Amino acid sequence: MLLIPCPWCGDRDETEFGYGGQAHVPYPEAPETLTDAEWAEYLFVRDNPEGPFTEQWVHTAGCRRWFTLVRDTTCNDILAVHRTGTTNPVHP
Amino acid sequence: MTETPANPHRLARGGRIDRSASLSFTFDGTRYHGHRGDTLASALLASGVRTVAPSIYRRRARGIVAAGVEEPNALVQLDGPCQEPMLPATTVELFDGLSARSLSGKGRLDPREDTALYDKKYVHCDVLVIGGGPAGLAAALAAGRSGARVILVDEQNELGGSLLSSRAERIDHAPASDWVASARDELTALPEVRLLTRATAVGVHDHGLVLVAERRTDHLGSTPLPGVSRQRLWHVRARQTVLATGAHERPLVFADNDRPGVMLAHAVRTYVNRYAVLPGRRAVVVTTNDSAYATAIDLVAAGVQVPVLVDARPEPPPALVAQVRAAGVEVRTGSAVVGTDGDPSLTAAWIAPLDRRGGAADATAVPCDLLAVSGGWNPVLHLFGQAQGTLRYDESLAAFVPERRPKGLVTAGAANGTCHLAGCLDEGTAAGTEAAARAGFTDDAPPARPRAQDAPPAPARALWTIPGGAGEPPTWHTHFVDLQRDATVADIHRAIGAGMRSVEHIKRYTTIGTGQDQGKTGAVVAIGAIAEALGVGSPGEVGTTTFRPPYTPVSFALLAGRDRGHLNDPVRVTPIHDWHVAHGAAFEDVGQWKRPWYYPRPDETMEAAVLRECRAAREAVAVMDASTLGKIDIQGPDAGEFLNRLYTNAFAKLKVGSCRYGVLCKADGMVFDDGVVMRLAPDRYLATTTTSGAAAVLEWMEMWLQTEWPDLRVHCTSVTEQWATVAVVGPKSRAVLAHLAPDLDLSAEAFAFMDFRETRLADGVPARIARVSFSGELAFEINVASWHGRAVWDAVMAAGAAYDITPYGTETMHVLRAEKGFIIVGQDTDGTVTPEDLGMGWVVSKRKEFVGKRSYRRPDTARPDRKHLVGLLPDDPTELLPEGAQLVADGVPTTTESGPVPMLGHVTSSYRSAVLGHTFALALVKDGRNRLGQSLQVPLVGRTVRATVTEPVFYDKEGTRRDG
Amino acid sequence: MTAEVTTPRARSPLHHRAHLLAAADVEGPRGVRLRELPCAAQVTLRLDPSSPAAARVAGALGLPALPVEPGGVRTAAGATERTVLWLGPDEWLVVGPEGDAPAIEAVVRDALGDGHGAVVDVSANRTTLEISGPCAREVLEKGCSLDLHPRAFGPGRCAQTLLARAAVILRQIDTGPTYHLLVRGSFAPYLADWLLDAMTEFRSPEVPR
Repeated sequence: MLLIPCPWCGDRDETEFGYGGQAHVPYPEAPETLTDAEWAEYLFVRDNPEGPFTEQWVHTAGCRRWFTLVRDTTCNDILAVHRTGTTNPVHP
Repeated sequence: MTETPANPHRLARGGRIDRSASLSFTFDGTRYHGHRGDTLASALLASGVRTVAPSIYRRRARGIVAAGVEEPNALVQLDGPCQEPMLPATTVELFDGLSARSLSGKGRLDPREDTALYDKKYVHCDVLVIGGGPAGLAAALAAGRSGARVILVDEQNELGGSLLSSRAERIDHAPASDWVASARDELTALPEVRLLTRATAVGVHDHGLVLVAERRTDHLGSTPLPGVSRQRLWHVRARQTVLATGAHERPLVFADNDRPGVMLAHAVRTYVNRYAVLPGRRAVVVTTNDSAYATAIDLVAAGVQVPVLVDARPEPPPALVAQVRAAGVEVRTGSAVVGTDGDPSLTAAWIAPLDRRGGAADATAVPCDLLAVSGGWNPVLHLFGQAQGTLRYDESLAAFVPERRPKGLVTAGAANGTCHLAGCLDEGTAAGTEAAARAGFTDDAPPARPRAQDAPPAPARALWTIPGGAGEPPTWHTHFVDLQRDATVADIHRAIGAGMRSVEHIKRYTTIGTGQDQGKTGAVVAIGAIAEALGVGSPGEVGTTTFRPPYTPVSFALLAGRDRGHLNDPVRVTPIHDWHVAHGAAFEDVGQWKRPWYYPRPDETMEAAVLRECRAAREAVAVMDASTLGKIDIQGPDAGEFLNRLYTNAFAKLKVGSCRYGVLCKADGMVFDDGVVMRLAPDRYLATTTTSGAAAVLEWMEMWLQTEWPDLRVHCTSVTEQWATVAVVGPKSRAVLAHLAPDLDLSAEAFAFMDFRETRLADGVPARIARVSFSGELAFEINVASWHGRAVWDAVMAAGAAYDITPYGTETMHVLRAEKGFIIVGQDTDGTVTPEDLGMGWVVSKRKEFVGKRSYRRPDTARPDRKHLVGLLPDDPTELLPEGAQLVADGVPTTTESGPVPMLGHVTSSYRSAVLGHTFALALVKDGRNRLGQSLQVPLVGRTVRATVTEPVFYDKEGTRRDG
Repeated sequence: MTAEVTTPRARSPLHHRAHLLAAADVEGPRGVRLRELPCAAQVTLRLDPSSPAAARVAGALGLPALPVEPGGVRTAAGATERTVLWLGPDEWLVVGPEGDAPAIEAVVRDALGDGHGAVVDVSANRTTLEISGPCAREVLEKGCSLDLHPRAFGPGRCAQTLLARAAVILRQIDTGPTYHLLVRGSFAPYLADWLLDAMTEFRSPEVPR
């Protein structure tokens, strides 16, 4: 059970959160101009690193905010947390 | 009848037992006595019982070996309202009336329900100390005095750890037990310190979460108090954790080392000092290290004959040797035990000098009934390993010790490889101080550190296997490594002979370490034996296996806690639920909701009830509680644009006062949810979702707003339970509504299909009434604040009485919508279905952009022969196809012999229809729209039926009925 | 608006269970008590806390400012007691006495003016359970993973979290302690059952160690 630092509410149990996969995969600005391969890349292809991974979470049972955090996939250490749309790490 | 306590092996005085309380218990059908403070094992030994059930596979006689959780042999099944299997007798606290049976390594779960109560508790602390021995107590004192919130957990019934087994140890110039008592008193008085005894830390998880299993009531042996749990699972979130988990003594591996009477030396000391029990009358002590000398001295002090102490080291510390000799014990150095005699319990130990390579010769027999062995000490690092700490092999300790510490965790005392009391106290104090400081607490007062005067022990000798008997190691079939799994040195050689090299493979091949005890005594011994067998230099090169929770077994009942029965999962109910219950509804689970499924009349079958309810909706008037539909309030100047971007169809130009059906697809173009959206105001919409999709849709909307379109001025709020919704359906629904909403002009001209009106009902309740229909019939959905839901339902029933209004449930709702070919997301779709597949291309805008639109040009999504939603009419009009039934093309063989059967698709919905007089189904069929009229095979269990592909709309294709 | 009409009395999700809750009271040093406080007015407010509208709305509610710290709670002094609970960085819940929702909504909308925001009456969406007494925190600790120790939580704080398997807005009222649990109506019977079950043990003396 991870203890996830919501950038607004502070440390909460993982059960309060929803997982949103890899962060910073923006919706393409002009999907119609993409090739099938490029569109498929957006839809289906994600990183799977051993080590730091930037991912999206949402504090479903709390403030309902989406945010990003950097988690080391080898040990679950949470290395940084960001409010959506900001780049400064939050230390709640 | 009076019974005389008979404990022939009990010392006349001493021990930590309460002699004023005599407890009676039964073991394997025989009655015995013990005292409060005994374990089942100590009471058995006091009664002269040391042989337990024979071993699991080889049926060899076995005895009690240990005094704690590491016990490999003495497993018992406890009788009771629900029998509990696989408990080590060494951990079962005695209570009056206890009844246990010995197990040969295998218990049986009681098939009856466990009626005992189990619960959970979530607590937080700055410092968690695991282990209440000298190091743990010192750590808790140091941390507690700093003002930090401290939790100290210990698996025993009282604090003290190894000190409970001690006799002569002194702390701060007083008997150690005095110090334990004063430490306990001080900790109890500290307001932010919590002491948990009878509590085992079973798992260390991510980010400082430690699960602690507490046994609360068993030892009371009385009827449980109401609401008081038998066991409690503590979820402890600790900023810092001090592991003061001590060490487990290792056995020695020699021929016939499994005989009853062979015990771990420190366990012998525990039985003598803590329980005042003599496990034997004439004892030989065999060791590779300093610790067993205390056992020899304490045995002598207790009146046991100790003819000889055997030390594998050629030159043990002279002071220890002199001390033991002064007690009248012969010391043989550079020697070991090479075998035992017995019938089957121990009668003699064979002792021989070891040569430089560890080989033995010239054995002599020493008669004895107790062999106390110490093969060294294993720091208890299971929790450390679970937390991803790494271990290294220490040659001088001949043990695995901590290497890289995980974040937020420190080790102290014997868990750290520190084996003398002074060192344990110092490390405990340091660890407690450090942990508290890391959590932000420092003690300004000068530390009053507890002190002892002993020195670190001399190095141990690593002695993994001891030759003896005939033959080479591959034939050592009585050199037991893992008693619980009956695994020997020969088994390890067999595994290596089969090609295994990794300790993980050998573990699985031999099953060493996989028993109930998870190899607490055997695992490291096995690693040493593997290192010898592989001819590698040190056990460190073999390494340990992976540590996984739980440290000791926990029952599923404890893990479940109160999440059982009616508390297993929330049962969500609508404001009208009590009416449904009172009127005999059968209920269907939809997500966590209880929804009325159908309302059987007395002696009415479900089939008959549903047909009756369907007829009422089609021919007169029927009513359904639709309150469970998800509802999201969407406000802001950009609300229309927002909906346009998410729904496949357009909403920006929807008129205020109107509704529109919409479909949501994920970016891959697959249907995700659907529902009717109302436009309440120019900048305000109310979107309805499926019952089970409500939360996911809102979360998804928020994701787009927060992460992709923060510039859109839109806010979403869940109002699912703000509103109760009553659907009044059928040709007579307008007449019913006329009674309820006298202010409204309900004519088809004034109140068009897909419009809604705000009004006050006759009883004054504000309501929003929508003309939407999921049945094809004239229908009105009345929305009121949920706390008026029941009143409005009652008013509908009263107004409808004249028209014989019929309540209906989800089954009828499903039939009515399927007759019209309306889909249910999640039933007719499964995340791989596009609107086009459903024949709903009309709902996909060609003009505007929306999320996932690009996916419809992907080659796979654009394929014309994807699975389409079609209707199916079984040839036999009474044949109800099972939902999920597979569909096969005509003429394709479906026998086993003919090999794999190409499937065309499957049935998604299937019902009996009152208006069709026929069963019918919806199905997803490959290229289905080009198969209309085709006859398909539907293989069922033991038979195959046939059905014809049709369009998915079965009833009122022209839509003439919706205006009534 | 139609003139005076007598509407049926609002029926709260637990109105049938009031007697069950009362019967579960435990008195004394291990005391704990559970009640439903039905039909409180609740209005969700969404707006940008840095906007001029935020200051106007706060003022209209009788507050110097909306609480912007996570878990903040502000109660306005005034004839009608209205409390604003922080639910998110741009979301608050305004709680008032029964029947106050239309007035709150009107006040807030008026103050909002042409500023962007959202105002939604959610009074019937949730009900309020009040749990109080010396052992109230212990009861909550059986199903809530939040740290409720006085060093971490206390009067004037609220949090959205899970209690057992239900989402709640948890608000501490006093150090008695008294807590308010705002829970969706559909979950209220489950949560009441769970709480009653968790309270049972406090009728018995503490388990001896």
